[in-house]
Amino acid sequence: MNDSAPDISGGGGDMTPGVSDVAQFSPRSAILGYALGLAFAIILTLVSFFIANTQLIWQPSIPVALAVLAIAQIGVHLVFFLHITTSPDNANNVLALAFGVLIVFLIVVGSVWIMGHMNDRMMPMDQIMQMQR
Amino acid sequence: MSTTILGLPPAGIDPYRVGRMGGGRSEPPRRHETGPAPKRIVVGYGFWIFLLSDIVMFSTFFAAHAVLRGAFAGGPTGRDLFNIPNVAVETALLLASSFACGLAAVAMETRNMLWTQVMLLLTGLLGLGFLLIEVNEFATLVAHGAGPDRSGFLSSFFALVGCHGLHVTAGLLWLGTMMAQIFVKGFAPRVYRRMLCFNLFWHALDIIWVAIFTFVYLYGVAA
Repeated sequence: MNDSAPDISGGGGDMTPGVSDVAQFSPRSAILGYALGLAFAIILTLVSFFIANTQLIWQPSIPVALAVLAIAQIGVHLVFFLHITTSPDNANNVLALAFGVLIVFLIVVGSVWIMGHMNDRMMPMDQIMQMQR
Repeated sequence: MSTTILGLPPAGIDPYRVGRMGGGRSEPPRRHETGPAPKRIVVGYGFWIFLLSDIVMFSTFFAAHAVLRGAFAGGPTGRDLFNIPNVAVETALLLASSFACGLAAVAMETRNMLWTQVMLLLTGLLGLGFLLIEVNEFATLVAHGAGPDRSGFLSSFFALVGCHGLHVTAGLLWLGTMMAQIFVKGFAPRVYRRMLCFNLFWHALDIIWVAIFTFVYLYGVAA
């Protein structure tokens, strides 16, 4: 094999995010994949906007439902648009993603947790004002 | 196979030779052991790592907003400020833009210059529409005295959504240079790889937006 030849037709075993298997590329199925992702994303978005404003469902469940819908839509984007799948060729990409998700989780949940406790333990504002007098 | 227990090659063969048949392998390489990955894979993976680090950066802004979402300082709340139909239009524009970008990638795979450019142009116009609505929203908020200096809630709101807006702006500039490069250089391997990265970037921005419209706007009015 000529190493200097531009290799943009796949070849290696690994996959890169954003590309489905280029070796057996078919425009029809690729467009179909994007369209399917778009359809799922539209449905999830519509449901999100609907339940945010509805009185139909039990109100305290709305934040949880919104979070679940958002995570589902992010999943749809990852699979249909970024082509991150669970195939063995994608192991590197999925591992990097898993690490990223771990860090995001630590940062967000950790901040909310710690700052929530600190808020609870803070002296009420009027007492602080009195102490400063 | 003649490797030793530790997987070291037998003596006399350079174990540090990188690439195909490196490490003294004498049988035909199996799948997954065919030397260095093609540059397309390496570049895409590297850019994926960058995107994940960008998402981690965004998560700090999300964390700040989550902590400050009740810090109204007696000022307006999300319920008073957010125009949800507006946000729905922004969401639709960005999603359509992401889809068009995917179609541009498909057109590029088939080496179709016209459709690649048409889809990239569509991507850019939809992205520009999103950006204009967002700028208009910010200007309206500031004009009504609800700028980033009003409360902790609004500071974190402007920081988070503004950061996403800056990313979209940078993406649009990148998009313009991509269209020019494809027009001038055609589908050269270098251009192809840059376009691949741009696709990843644009889809990742849409993922961030999903989190923003849910956890900032919809939580702001619902919860």
